[in-house]
Amino acid sequence: MTPNQRQRIAWFAWTIVLVSSLVAIRVLNSQATASAHESTGGAPADARFGFRLEESAKALGVDFVHQGPTFDGRLAHIMPQVASMGAAVAVADFDRDGWQDFYVTNSSEGSLNRLYRNKGDGTFADVGAQMGVADVNQRDTGVSMGAIWGDYDNDGWEDLFLYRYGRPELFHNDQGTRFVAVGEQAGLPKWVNANSATWLDYDRDGRLDLFLAGYWADDINLSKLETTKIMPESFEYATNGGRKYLLHNRGDGTFEDNAAALGITSRRWTLAVIAGDFRGTGYPDLFLSNDYGVSELFANREGKGFTDVAQTTGVGRTPKSGMNASVGDVFNDGRLAIYKTNISEAGVLVQGNDLWVPGNSKLKTQNSNTGTVEYENLASSMGIEYGGWSWGAQFGDLNNDGAQDLYLTNGYISAGERSSYWYDFAVIAVGHSQIIGDAANWPAMKGRSLSGYQRKRLWLNDGLGRFTDVAQVVGARDTYDGRAVALADLGNRGVLDVIVANQKGPLLIYKNTVAPGRHWIQFELEGEPGSTGSGRGSSRSAIGAQVELHWKNRKQVQQVTTASGFSAQNQRRLHYGLGDADAVDRVVIRWPSGREQTIERPAVDMLHHVKEPFDSAQGRPDGH
Amino acid sequence: MATEAALVRDRAADSRRRLLTLDNRYLPPLLITSILLGAHLSYGILEAWYTTALAIGTAIGAELLMGRVTYGKWPHPASAYISGISAGILVRSPLLWPYVLVSLVSITSKYVLRVKGRHIWNPTNFGVSAAAFLAPATVTVLSIQWGNAIAPMIVIWVLGSVIVWRVGRAHISATYVASFLFFSWVTSLITGTPWSATVAPITGPMYQLFIFFMVTDPKTTVRAKFWQCVVVFLVAFVEMILRLNQILYAPFYALFIVGPIAMLVDIWSAGIRSQES
Repeated sequence: MTPNQRQRIAWFAWTIVLVSSLVAIRVLNSQATASAHESTGGAPADARFGFRLEESAKALGVDFVHQGPTFDGRLAHIMPQVASMGAAVAVADFDRDGWQDFYVTNSSEGSLNRLYRNKGDGTFADVGAQMGVADVNQRDTGVSMGAIWGDYDNDGWEDLFLYRYGRPELFHNDQGTRFVAVGEQAGLPKWVNANSATWLDYDRDGRLDLFLAGYWADDINLSKLETTKIMPESFEYATNGGRKYLLHNRGDGTFEDNAAALGITSRRWTLAVIAGDFRGTGYPDLFLSNDYGVSELFANREGKGFTDVAQTTGVGRTPKSGMNASVGDVFNDGRLAIYKTNISEAGVLVQGNDLWVPGNSKLKTQNSNTGTVEYENLASSMGIEYGGWSWGAQFGDLNNDGAQDLYLTNGYISAGERSSYWYDFAVIAVGHSQIIGDAANWPAMKGRSLSGYQRKRLWLNDGLGRFTDVAQVVGARDTYDGRAVALADLGNRGVLDVIVANQKGPLLIYKNTVAPGRHWIQFELEGEPGSTGSGRGSSRSAIGAQVELHWKNRKQVQQVTTASGFSAQNQRRLHYGLGDADAVDRVVIRWPSGREQTIERPAVDMLHHVKEPFDSAQGRPDGH
Repeated sequence: MATEAALVRDRAADSRRRLLTLDNRYLPPLLITSILLGAHLSYGILEAWYTTALAIGTAIGAELLMGRVTYGKWPHPASAYISGISAGILVRSPLLWPYVLVSLVSITSKYVLRVKGRHIWNPTNFGVSAAAFLAPATVTVLSIQWGNAIAPMIVIWVLGSVIVWRVGRAHISATYVASFLFFSWVTSLITGTPWSATVAPITGPMYQLFIFFMVTDPKTTVRAKFWQCVVVFLVAFVEMILRLNQILYAPFYALFIVGPIAMLVDIWSAGIRSQES
């Protein structure tokens, strides 16, 4: 064969390789986003998937429409972006009548927040004004961004902490009759531009402490700017965001900030936080989902300090645009995975959402104070990676089949339907800090959308590591700019309903109807602070408790949390679907105090009230 | 005798110079490796080392195989190394296959898309443009920052400038930068967008790779110095047109369009000249 002949044959071969590779790129791209993970059409949803959702807010007496903030006129050209948050929802039974109530925030100056009391007859009434938690959005205080419930004084009544772009406030619950603002005497910071906060008992003293995460720098008043150089200094490496506060509860109604002393000095742009014992040490760690940068995972060193282990554990290696932090036992194997949402916009920015699943090393380090854990991102392989410009997400068993599903809301700015700001956004995002950091340099939005009108996701978990999007089929069909999602059994029916707070949009309540024949069980925990002479108990809210349910050779762990998702709080009671199982083997409760309690064969299809046992060794649940 | 002695002295001096002077072929790979290492160690820009390693390995493997099979001898891997590392840096995807396929397409294009013995597309430009166009849902091209400090940027620009000057391509980079600044000003006038915004992209890392490695690629640039400058001026012009149409990966697409046309004209005119002579 002559060299020419050889070259000609080779050319044909390489041409085939080139064409095949180009075709493969196209096909693999389509497969990655195609309907393999999405189900549409066919039989009715409850027959196919065991449940259906029906948007019922108005029928339930809820007619809330969020009003977005308006800030300094020098931000007018990008106002939809800087004023893009504030729709939040937090669920609690504030009046202890056994029905779940919820609080929603508003964000324009003079607008009213609402506290919806569950009347128990399937409807709600706004009691925000009469309870004293409505008129909280003023120029001198700032405007609401979210709220969390927690019984900080262990009096048995859920108190309300409100965070704003402004002065944070703490409302003491006066036995369900009214709320009294006590933030000033409690020693809260004067001004924090926060989008997230959580209650946790980081030192296990039986009292709830408060973690408050700033987004914008604290010295910025967005309504009255001194400079336009307020923006993130980088799209992926910004550390000019807000300060973090770890407010230790002194037990006398006051708090002191220990963040810096305990090693939390981050100035990243935090949008979501979740506390939990992620390393099996018995102490709650803190996971921070940060915008414009990497996540942070602050490992709790027995309440004496925190160390950021995000790099070593794997969750903080890639800078993205974190907007959510929620946890779920997606494999029913007792491991809590962390779901973090980011941005995915075809052709521009494909970050993909993260599902951080802990490796088995966690199990080996159970109860070890030096517990380490390595996380692996399984979002792609499990089919829950792409959710558009993703915001709040929550795990919960929506069809009571025994596996935790995932509800995700999304959409950033829905304005002009045929015009997009993405090009200009992408251009400014690559600029040097002197350019991106100054709002004056940002191109005007001029009524254009930025990842608007997006389709929501409701991923159904088959329990084997595969999720299928059924949102359109089961009835979650809105395209509002969703922010916060909360799950709660609003009708005490043994099913999880979905509440969605939309930015500059109506509050939605998706009432859930589950097909008959599916069992469930719920637990509401109450800690016993200081109940033993030898040690401290758990806070009354039992925040941080982990409950492991065993049935039919399966187990699922859930955790009592405050903040979960984005600017949201689920009901505190824990809900487990059981599928066709009509019996449970046992439930193991790991209280925040460190006590472990086992309840054998609790009855199904009912709610169990469990108080932390007085005896340290043997659990003695009461109040069934 | 004196002449022989002088020759011996010259040879010895040459040897010493060679020892102290790096082969020009290694300079661009060294620069791009330094940029990658600096950026990753400072800011951790790579999600995982294995994605870049995958891209480099695929590129070098494909080059060695294709070179050997096509020409019967092992090709020098420096060029493939640059293609692979560029693909590894420029491609952004949570999946692995884009790193493999972009590298493979880049190298294969060199062996397939040829006219009169010259390949007419810059390989990485071809691969990256193809992926950005064909796989928008799973692949994006690096369009964000590596940190925000000005010092590393200056170091890269100084180092890059020295190296492109050393290899005789500085005029290409300089013309492109000047053209970009001019056209970003024109864009600003047309759209009313602040010039600081339209000029922002050139402060990002994507352009550092583009300016120092893509538009200067000796194999895919025309021969005459003057026309090299004209070509990159046209690249910047087409890029402006694309940017006015809000096409984000404008520089890659502009080079994708202008590059081969310029090469074809160059090959055609060289053919005419050779016939005349």
